[in-house]
Amino acid sequence: MKNDEDVYGDHISHQFNEDLAGLKEDFLRMGGMVEQQVVDAIDALIEGDGHRADEIRARDKQVDQLELEIDEEATRIIARRQPAARDLRLVLSVIKMVADLERIGDEAKKIAKFALSLSEEGKAPRGYVETRHIGNHVSQMLRDSLDAFARLDSELALRIMKEDKRVDEEYQAATRTLVTFMMEDPRNITRCMSVMWVLRALERVGDHSCNIAEHVIFMAKGEDVRHTPMEEAEKVVSN
Amino acid sequence: MNTMNSAIDQDVPVKDEPETRGGATFNDAELEGRTVGKPFADDPKFTLRDVEVFYGDARAIKGISLDIAKNEVIAFIGPSGCGKSTFLRCLNRMNDSIDICRVKGQLQLDGEDIYDAKRDVVELRARVGMVFQKPNPFPKSIYDNVAYGPRIHGLANRKSDLDDIVERSLRGAGLWNEVKDRLDSPGTGLSGGQQQRLCIARAIAVSPEVVLMDEPCSALDPIATARIEELIAELSQSYTIIIVTHSMQQAARVSDRTAYFHLGHLVEVNETNKVFTAPQHELTESYITGRFG
Repeated sequence: MKNDEDVYGDHISHQFNEDLAGLKEDFLRMGGMVEQQVVDAIDALIEGDGHRADEIRARDKQVDQLELEIDEEATRIIARRQPAARDLRLVLSVIKMVADLERIGDEAKKIAKFALSLSEEGKAPRGYVETRHIGNHVSQMLRDSLDAFARLDSELALRIMKEDKRVDEEYQAATRTLVTFMMEDPRNITRCMSVMWVLRALERVGDHSCNIAEHVIFMAKGEDVRHTPMEEAEKVVSN
Repeated sequence: MNTMNSAIDQDVPVKDEPETRGGATFNDAELEGRTVGKPFADDPKFTLRDVEVFYGDARAIKGISLDIAKNEVIAFIGPSGCGKSTFLRCLNRMNDSIDICRVKGQLQLDGEDIYDAKRDVVELRARVGMVFQKPNPFPKSIYDNVAYGPRIHGLANRKSDLDDIVERSLRGAGLWNEVKDRLDSPGTGLSGGQQQRLCIARAIAVSPEVVLMDEPCSALDPIATARIEELIAELSQSYTIIIVTHSMQQAARVSDRTAYFHLGHLVEVNETNKVFTAPQHELTESYITGRFG
């Protein structure tokens, strides 16, 4: 099987080619928008930039709108084209992955909300090193998952699934650090709790990126690797 | 080729060049004897091995091996000229009436050779009934259309027995309620969908074990098609059904397994769910996704 983006072209019906290409393009556009939202939200938090946090919250409406449009596009393709095989897997996966993107957008909005409230408090709380680190990690995962989708690259998708385990470990370690800060001085509790929510949101971004990666493997290999052990997923990808 | 067959013989292969549309090119050597998926069954009704069919010198079916299980619905799909109808017609020796046609290989029904010289072809066709693309009721009454087979096979001694068979068959074909008050009317006066169901009633009147269907819905509207598809689901409780169809959606809707034919080769056979979501062979993928055909 060809392992490039042309696999969705060369139908007898050019319109069908265009429909699928449009769906992919819109998904990637939404992915790019959401990715920027996450990066901006982390920056807004760390730089204490309330204005930017406001912008992120406003832009989330555009993300939601794009989700509706992509769902409608996918529904239309199913109704009019009755896609099969890899085309069907693309459309089904996009319908599911678009929900993941929307949730990532929500997580970015959540981070922006905390950025706003923390910036109003003025003082930089502790735990930002961990936040920056996990933030960079999950942003990269999201970027990679979109790349894996664009290139139908199941090996990259598998690497993202493995990365998610590392993010979970980093999240656990950061949580322990924040608990220590809170125990040191109870006055830190409120602010540390906010940072913990931010970390939780970032960890969820990692989970959603991992979901996208699982769908990419389904698209490429025709096997559903959700809720299966990593060794099974490795076997599917190596076949 | 005689006139009887010309009406049903639209699938005689003519192409022998490799298919190049859809990006994939495979020659005979790459496809022959390399069927992917699950071509074999534990409890086969038909056991078919290395089947070849020739029209004169042209090899239309190229070494196909396949089992067809009892009471399964298997759909044969593929582009025009791929040999699916030719292969179907081997199963009850409908190809016998084509002078230039020769069949080679092992073809068994319940372990017995279909092409054995001593085989009674009339008895074979009673066991392996057939429904054609265009409804072809006899120019007789609805009753006589259904009663014709049981009469010539001596399945009913009394009129009441024959009445029972006719009613049971028409009920089985989902037509009884529509025609019970006009059994003496000509079969040709029914609508297209009804005529096709009459042909199905006629086929099942002789209690066959297998029903072959060669594009049974291609001349019908969507409602009549839905009725036939519903009927296929019901009939599959009692019969093995092999259906050739150009409609991939129909194959997806009605069959347990789907077999993809390409230039006389059996490229892939697998559970229908698998074929339509994640086919194994690139040619199958290209065909069912509309990249050639």
